Amino acid sequence: MGFVIDATLIAFLALIAIAALRRKRLFGMVMLSGAFSLVAATLFVVLDAVDVAFTEAAVGAGISTVLALATLSLVKAEEKPHSIAIVPALLALVTGLLLSIAVSDLPEYGAADAPIHNHVAPEYIIGSEEKIGVPNVVTSVLASYRGYDTFGETVVIFTAAIAVLLIISGWTRRETEITDSTEDDHAG
Amino acid sequence: MQDDPVIRVIAKVLIPTMMLFALYVQFHGDYGPGGGFQAGVIFAAAFILNATVFGLNRGRHVWPARLNLMAIALGVLIYGGTGVATMVLGENFLSYNALSDDPMAGQHLGILLVEFGVGLTVAAVMVALFFAFAGRVSHVRLLNKTRAHEKALKEKAEDSAND
Repeated sequence: MGFVIDATLIAFLALIAIAALRRKRLFGMVMLSGAFSLVAATLFVVLDAVDVAFTEAAVGAGISTVLALATLSLVKAEEKPHSIAIVPALLALVTGLLLSIAVSDLPEYGAADAPIHNHVAPEYIIGSEEKIGVPNVVTSVLASYRGYDTFGETVVIFTAAIAVLLIISGWTRRETEITDSTEDDHAG
Repeated sequence: MQDDPVIRVIAKVLIPTMMLFALYVQFHGDYGPGGGFQAGVIFAAAFILNATVFGLNRGRHVWPARLNLMAIALGVLIYGGTGVATMVLGENFLSYNALSDDPMAGQHLGILLVEFGVGLTVAAVMVALFFAFAGRVSHVRLLNKTRAHEKALKEKAEDSAND
């Protein structure tokens, strides 16, 4: 049963990706990328990663789509016609092939003796209940055990936002001055 | 979109519900899925919905840009400040045990504070990015309109000169 659900969801992902690539209208592409994120979030739920699924649904399917739509109203509705770029396509295919080969080296899904489950994970799972008293292990790892990393992430978001705001608002101000002066000319 | 009563009514019901859900996700993150990142995004989505349905200017009125910029920095400050507070109390940076006599209560308080910092920064950043993009859109429209107007005026002037 689990295999059927996984296979269906992954088939959906592939179908949506191909449909998005074949689309000429950018609006359709944006909507399909939102649908892609939603299916990916479902896949994360199946893998029991509910926190990641939550983030994917909220950020990938929600906010990213809204921001992409806001960008769409600035550009043309149709994609520029272009021929198939052979070198990048070949590069993507070879990388995909190498990754598929590497998958066979991974430990089996859910295997208890996988290296990832025997390093710091047992300490976190036991300590989360005993030392921190937080039932959601993801939260205790994120905010307490790996507090430095999360602090770094927050600073990254802060820095990225400042950079984007500086670029966009700088652009707007210059244009404002032009329109303002032309409007004054009309008035005079 | 402002004139559609269906969208207006639905939005008015949805916006407070979304905010409440965001707060639930924020403060229930210790016990269930969720936390600062997710809560921040959901909280910002409520403001973005407000701005898309009722117009950018009213949206800006609800959450002024200056306040928003301060909120972006304040979230990071709360996170870092919690770390500095634990250092002042004699522990390492972000060792929440120092925040209370009971280590577990200290951990709870520390996690609550830093998650709040994350949520505040994320929510403010999302709102700021949306307004920056959407404001640019209306600006480009204004610019195009002005240019078209100028062109029409010039053509008119040329026409009258030819006559």
